[in-house]
Amino acid sequence: MKRWIPPNPVATLLPFLVLVAGCESAPEDAEAAFASTYQSLPSQPTVIRNATILTGTGRRVDGGDVFMQNGLVSAVGEDLSVPDDTLEIDGTGKWVTPGVIDVHSHLGNYPVFAVEATSDGNEITDPNTAQVWAEHSVWTQDPGFITALAGGVTTMQILPGSANLFGGRSVTLKNVPARTVQAMKFPGAPYGLKMACGENPKRVYGGMKDQAPSTRMGNVAGYRAAWIAAREYLDSQEGGGGDAGPTVRDLQLETLAGVLKGEILVHNHCYRGEEMAVMLDLAKEFGYKVGTFHHAVEAYKVADLLAESGTCAAMWADWWGFKLEAFDMVLENIALVDAAGACALIHSDSGISIQRLNQEVAKVMAAANRRGMNITREHAVSWFTLNPAKSLGVDKQTGSLEPGKMADVVLWTGDPFSVYALAEKVFIDGALTWDRNDERYQPQTDFELGLVDQEEALQ
Amino acid sequence: MRGATISFVALFACVSVAWAETVAITGGTVHTMTNAGVIEGGTVVIQDDRITAVGRGVAIPEGARVIDATGRVVTPGLMAPHTTLGIEEISLEEKSLDYGLDDEHFGAAFSVAEAINPRSTLIREARIRGITRAIVAPTDSAGPFTEEPEGPIAGQGAVIHLGSTDDFVVRNPNGLYFVYGEGGAEVSGGARGGALLRLREALDDAIDYSENRTAWEEGNRRSFYLHRLDLEALQQLVSRKIPLVVKVQRASDIETMLQLASDYDLRLVIVGGREAWLVADKLAAAGVAAVINPLENTPASFESMASSLKNAAILHEAGVKIAFTIDTVSDPHNQPNIKQAAGNAVAHGLPWEAALRAITVNPAEIFGVDHGQLAAGQEADLVVWDGDPLEVTTYADHVFIRGREIPMVSRSTLLFERYKDLDFEYPPAYRN
Repeated sequence: MKRWIPPNPVATLLPFLVLVAGCESAPEDAEAAFASTYQSLPSQPTVIRNATILTGTGRRVDGGDVFMQNGLVSAVGEDLSVPDDTLEIDGTGKWVTPGVIDVHSHLGNYPVFAVEATSDGNEITDPNTAQVWAEHSVWTQDPGFITALAGGVTTMQILPGSANLFGGRSVTLKNVPARTVQAMKFPGAPYGLKMACGENPKRVYGGMKDQAPSTRMGNVAGYRAAWIAAREYLDSQEGGGGDAGPTVRDLQLETLAGVLKGEILVHNHCYRGEEMAVMLDLAKEFGYKVGTFHHAVEAYKVADLLAESGTCAAMWADWWGFKLEAFDMVLENIALVDAAGACALIHSDSGISIQRLNQEVAKVMAAANRRGMNITREHAVSWFTLNPAKSLGVDKQTGSLEPGKMADVVLWTGDPFSVYALAEKVFIDGALTWDRNDERYQPQTDFELGLVDQEEALQ
Repeated sequence: MRGATISFVALFACVSVAWAETVAITGGTVHTMTNAGVIEGGTVVIQDDRITAVGRGVAIPEGARVIDATGRVVTPGLMAPHTTLGIEEISLEEKSLDYGLDDEHFGAAFSVAEAINPRSTLIREARIRGITRAIVAPTDSAGPFTEEPEGPIAGQGAVIHLGSTDDFVVRNPNGLYFVYGEGGAEVSGGARGGALLRLREALDDAIDYSENRTAWEEGNRRSFYLHRLDLEALQQLVSRKIPLVVKVQRASDIETMLQLASDYDLRLVIVGGREAWLVADKLAAAGVAAVINPLENTPASFESMASSLKNAAILHEAGVKIAFTIDTVSDPHNQPNIKQAAGNAVAHGLPWEAALRAITVNPAEIFGVDHGQLAAGQEADLVVWDGDPLEVTTYADHVFIRGREIPMVSRSTLLFERYKDLDFEYPPAYRN
């Protein structure tokens, strides 16, 4: 029996069958649904002068300039000539990097204001909920978006949680305050599929609900069954379903099929080295690619396998021990994965840590350099900029300061690898979106209005 | 084979001298945290378990092992003021958790001290990153999967040093822990008033018991709600020998606890204090210290709407003694990051020295232990850092706890050595 057919297929599917039969065209396809309405904020040509610039591509320019116009990085260099109407910002003593990118956030679906009413990150009702889309949970008024912005975050991926084998579809957002999630959606960013290995699915289902999976082998059996169904679905869609006609649209299988078609990127929560190796083989069995392993605490053990398969590892600097699969932390994890030639990056999974991913990377860089690994700032900056952009499939558009890319730029008060540096100005698509020294550019969510009595706070 | 023999000999030699030796740490920037202030190019002399001299141009005793700390920074060992070190190994594995009791029978009498495992992997990780002392605190819950924790009185905490497996409890108890606010309400029938009822009843019973113990033992006094062992445990609290340590976030909840502490003449310390900055003057006036995580700046719940990165700076400015923790719930693994928290507090307005005090001498003073100062006569807990200790790029080069230099080895360093290159002739299991 095909997995997606409900217990009483005729009755349940009847309305859909009727609807489809009544339409001339195919159902609205996924790409068009909930389309991005993102518009960059107003911007003007802007040049930052005489700063220390880390481009994200391994280049460092001391005393350099960054020129932004029309929302794009126009030039990076020394003593740039710019048009007369350009806004000049003195970057003397300051540093410039690409905007910080976090590939693992739950802002909006597990907001920093964490009460029952806002807990929208895990659809813990079935081990496979590939049909849910994280964007449908996003609360745009999560104050965490603003505190992340103050930490230099310009792009982030909002993921479903890790309770399920297939948690659902992720969404990549530009970190601009907005009334709708569509107005935050990164134009053209591919979707992601959240998958989870290890302890969480088996604990939630086997441990708490007394249903499959209850073991890691149960987890893998669950993935395989789903991919078999997804392949059949894809074949029936592409082949027109033969005599039976196209299969009725199924949101769960549509997302999985999107992975098989290479249109949706796999973001796989997976801690242990041997589980990553299993997941890489699973991908081979079903003909898809694992884009990024998240929470990859043991990535350093299988860094060669990651390099071989072109799979990224998203890691913390030093978190460990909160569960057994996070026991084998090494401070140098990101550096070791990077040195093996794999795509290595930081991630937060936290409304607090997302505010200082530059510091998290600094900890790793320093720990690795104490071991003689000789990692420069101009290299390490890619761990919170260009490599996360690669993980999200938006590295052609953002993640580095190269002409023609989105002007997602942070001006830091000092060396961003110092605990004392703060994001002073944050530009998204060339538009000033946050300014530490100008209250006009310090947005506040609806939720925060009136929470604190300003009269009392200012006493 | 020859290599293995040599390393064994070297290890043995190191251990044999480490326990009782004379060490001079020279040339560093020494932050004494005393009136002597900062000594550039200072020397610290350690003999056995104590510091015997601190200063510039101090004579180096004959035979002393000299550690050249030129260009380095020497500080007291860091003290983590709110942890579950030694009573929590893996947070989601219940068998490794001893921080709380799911038992209505006992409250105040529950003590963590005797259950602390000084061989915990967390302790070896924390100390090579500069933590030399810690408060081990009980919580109101027995673990993440406990259905219904019983009561807001969590029990008694203790102070430990992280330097050895013997004689590691420095002070027991250091305080009686109570949970107020949303957490307290949740374990007390669903309202803050329930937590207060339980605390007042405990205090009333304890006071009555202390004044009428003989009569009670002879059966000539009213019965008490509390168990005898709880009544005994509360005596140190009501006699002001230890503070009531209250986990509390909301400004109005802090004010309630200030009033209650005043009513019962209790010493009070607050832990959490996300909205403490709103009542900084009241905390200062009452001489109540605050253990906070200065990174907590988001309105995480109804009780922390005014969370702010300014919390530390405002409390300090008002004269409140502050200490920094990394998580006010339970995050024993990441305690080394208290120095990152302190550095961020500086970035948001706290004077640098005040931030270092918040992770060294302040927690020691708050909980009444001698620690956190580099001065002759003090137990020798100190760290030689490769830079500014509050920087995220700074790590410890040498760590001394009670005069013993700690081997810079933990599971994480061993795993690094095993996997630093993946070019294996034999599987990694043979790399020991």
